[in-house]
Amino acid sequence: MMFGWTGTILRVNLSTGKTGREPLREDYAKSYIGARGLGSRIYIDEVDPGIDPFSPDNRLIFMAGPLTGTLAACPGRYEVVTKAPLTGTIGAANSGGHFGPELKFAGYDGIIFEGKAASPVYLLIEDDRVEIKDASHVWGKDVHETTDTLLADTFEDARVACIGPAGEKLVLFATIMNDKHRAAGRSGLGAVMGSKNLKAVVVRGSRSVQVAEPQKFLESCLDARKKLKANPVTGAGLAAYGTEILVNILNQSGALPTRNWRDGGIFEHADDTGGETLAKKYLVRNKGCFGCTIGCGRITRIPSGPFKGYGEGPEYEAGWSYGADCGIRELDAICKANFICNELGLDPITMGSTIACAMEMVEKGIIKKEEVGRDLKFGDAEGIVELTRKTGLREGFGDKLALGSYRLADSYGHPELSMTVKKQEMPAYDGRGVQGMGLEYATSNRGGCHVRGYLTSPEILGIPKKLDPLVTTDKASWLKIFQDLTAVVDSAGICLFTTFAIGLPELSEMLRTATGVNLTDEEVLRAGERIWNMEKLFNLKAGFTKADDTLPPRLLSEPLPSGAAKGKVTELGTMLPEYYSLRGWDSEGVPTDAKLKELSLA
Amino acid sequence: MIHAIPVFLQAFPIQIKEVNLSASEAGSKELSKILMISPEKCIGCRSCELICSFSKEKEFNPKQSAVSVFSYDDAAISIPMMCMQCEDASCVKVCPVGALQMNEPGAVKIDREKCIVCKMCISACPLGNISFDSRKKKIIKCDLCEGDPQCEKICPTGAIHFGEGSSVNLARKKSIARKFNELFGEVEE
Repeated sequence: MMFGWTGTILRVNLSTGKTGREPLREDYAKSYIGARGLGSRIYIDEVDPGIDPFSPDNRLIFMAGPLTGTLAACPGRYEVVTKAPLTGTIGAANSGGHFGPELKFAGYDGIIFEGKAASPVYLLIEDDRVEIKDASHVWGKDVHETTDTLLADTFEDARVACIGPAGEKLVLFATIMNDKHRAAGRSGLGAVMGSKNLKAVVVRGSRSVQVAEPQKFLESCLDARKKLKANPVTGAGLAAYGTEILVNILNQSGALPTRNWRDGGIFEHADDTGGETLAKKYLVRNKGCFGCTIGCGRITRIPSGPFKGYGEGPEYEAGWSYGADCGIRELDAICKANFICNELGLDPITMGSTIACAMEMVEKGIIKKEEVGRDLKFGDAEGIVELTRKTGLREGFGDKLALGSYRLADSYGHPELSMTVKKQEMPAYDGRGVQGMGLEYATSNRGGCHVRGYLTSPEILGIPKKLDPLVTTDKASWLKIFQDLTAVVDSAGICLFTTFAIGLPELSEMLRTATGVNLTDEEVLRAGERIWNMEKLFNLKAGFTKADDTLPPRLLSEPLPSGAAKGKVTELGTMLPEYYSLRGWDSEGVPTDAKLKELSLA
Repeated sequence: MIHAIPVFLQAFPIQIKEVNLSASEAGSKELSKILMISPEKCIGCRSCELICSFSKEKEFNPKQSAVSVFSYDDAAISIPMMCMQCEDASCVKVCPVGALQMNEPGAVKIDREKCIVCKMCISACPLGNISFDSRKKKIIKCDLCEGDPQCEKICPTGAIHFGEGSSVNLARKKSIARKFNELFGEVEE
C-alpha cells in the first residue's frame, strides 16, 4: 500500500487496443517523486533519445504527483512528458485545473500511451473501467465543443484533457487542454497526441487519495495555505490582477521585450495591456484550479466590437507575446487571440512570438505581404487574430507559422530573427535586463522557458531576496537551486506559484507526511537535481551540445536601447562556465561521472 | 519587499481570507447560525470538498464529500451545494427508523447506529443534497461538523459562511442600501 501515490500506472497501447495496469516502482517514486520527474524517468527508460516524436514507437505519458488531489497548497497539477516536436529535447509540460486530481481519484498515478490508433479515438477511464472509444465525431472540433460533446457522451462530472485542431494537424506548438482552459502548453506535446490519433482522455474517479499521516499532513497543508495567504503576491496581487500584473512591473524594469525584442525592454502602451486594465475592463471573475487558494485565473469577456468573445486569460506571457512583442495596444484583440489559442489548442507564447517574428520580416521586406495575405506590421491587431486562427487550422500563411519562428525565419535565411533557444520561443523577460533569466533560457532543458527556475522571482520581485537584475554575480548558483527546486515542485504535483510563499521546508514536510517516505529536505532538493541531470542526459543523447546552450544573437550583441537596463546585453559568456562548474559538469556541459554517481544516475 | 506594486492591497471583489481550522470561539453552537453560500465569491477550487471528506474519513475524495461545487462555464459562476438543514425536513419525516434528527447546533444529523441505509432520505431531499457512498455503503449528509463547519473555514474566499441568519444577510442588505444612497443621496445635496 502506497500513500500519496496511488501505486498504479495505466498502460494503453493505441496500436493493439490493449490496456493494462502496472504497479508503480517504489524506488522510482522515492527518487523521482512524481509528475515531471517520474514521468520523465519512465519515458527515458522506454524511448531512444533519437526517436522521431511523431513515430508510433514514441510514448506519451500523463503523470500526476503524490500531492495531486490532496489538500496541499495548489495541488491540481499533472505533467505530460514526451519528446518535444518543437525542440527535439525532452518535453515536459504541466497543467492545473481538475484533470490531474480526477486521474488520482480514478486510482492512477499516470497513463503511458504507446503506439498509434488506426483512426481517431479517445480514452475513457471510470475507475477500473478503461475503454478506447471512437472519436471520429469530435475529430476536427475545437477544445470547447470536444469537451462538451465528450461530457455529454459519458458523464457530466468527468474531466477531459484533449487536443484541438492544432494538435490534430501537428502544429509544432500545439497544446493539450484540460477543463477547457488549462494547458499543458509548451513545446508541442499536443501534436504528439495528434500523431497518435488520440483526441482526448476522459476520466471520472470515485476512489480516495490517502496520506500516510493524516493529522500531520493536514497541519503541513494548513501551514502552507496560511503562508500563501500572508504573502502579498499569492495572497493579494495574483487574485486581484492575475499574472498580467507583471506587464507594468517588467516594463518599469526595462525588461519587457518589445516588437520581437528589437525595440528594447520598454513598451509605450504597456499599461493598456496590463493586469490592472484587464481587471478594469474585461475581468468577469477569478477562477482557481483544484484546491487553489490563489485564484489567479481570469474569466474574461469582450462584450462587443470586432474582438467580441468569452474565455479565460490571458496570462502574462500570452498578454506579452501578443501585446508588447507584436506591438499591440488593443487588449480586446490580445484577449481574442488568446481565446482562439485555447479553442484551437495552441501555445500563445510561441504563437504570438512567431507572428512578431513574421512582422519584423515583413517590415524588413524579407517576407512579401502578398504571401501573408495582409499588410502585416507591428501593431496589426486584426492580424494577430486572423493569423492565430489560420495557424491553428493550418490555412494559408498559417501553415508556415505552424512550424514556429525558428523554422519560419530559417526558411527565409534569417534564423537570427527568431527569438528562440533550442527552437522554442523565449517568454516575456528580456535576458539583457534580467541577467539570470538569460542564463535560465540558455540552459533550460526544454529550450526558451521561464518556469524552469523563474529567477524573475528574486531578480524582479525580490522573493525570497532582492537580487540586482543587471549583474551576473551569483546568478549561476541561484539558478541551479531554482532549477532543482522547480523540478521537484513540478514533480510533487503542486503549482509553481506556491514558491512565492513557501519553500523547500514546507514542500518537504507535505511530501513526507503525505507519502510516509522519510526524505530529508536535502534529499528532496537532491531529487530535483537528479531530475535536472536526467533530462540533460536525454538531451545530450538526442544530439544537443554546448553550442545549443546559447541565446539569439540579438541578446548577446544588440544592447538594449533604452530603459532601466539601457546598454546591457546578456553576459552569457561570464555566467555559463560558472554554471557548468556549479552543476558538476565539464566545460562542454556534460555531467561528470562523479556527479552522475552521486545522483545515482550512473 | 515587493516594489512597484502600489495597488496590491486595494479592495477587490474577491479577496483571499485567512484559514484557521481550530475550534471556533464561544457562541459557535448557537441555534441561530446557518450556512450561507455566496456564489459570486466562489473560485471553484473545491477545497471544501477535500476538507469535508478528510474531516469525516481521513482521506481525500470529493465523491465522499457532503458538499459539491458546480461550475457553470458560460455564466462564469461556481456554486457550492450542501444540506441547508431544513427546519421542516423531508428526510427526517421519511426516515422509517428515526435515524435523522435535528440536533443542538441546528443540524439534521444521522444516527449511524439506527440508520439501515435504506436511502429513502436521498429520494426525499428536495435539494438533492444527500448522497450515497457506494464504496463504504453509507449515507453522506452534512452535519455542520458539530457546529464548526470545516468547509467554511477552509474556503479561501469566504464563499461559504456560517453565522446568524440575520447578520449573514446584513452585508447584502447594506450593499443594496448603499446603491440607493448613491442614487438618491446625490439628488438631496
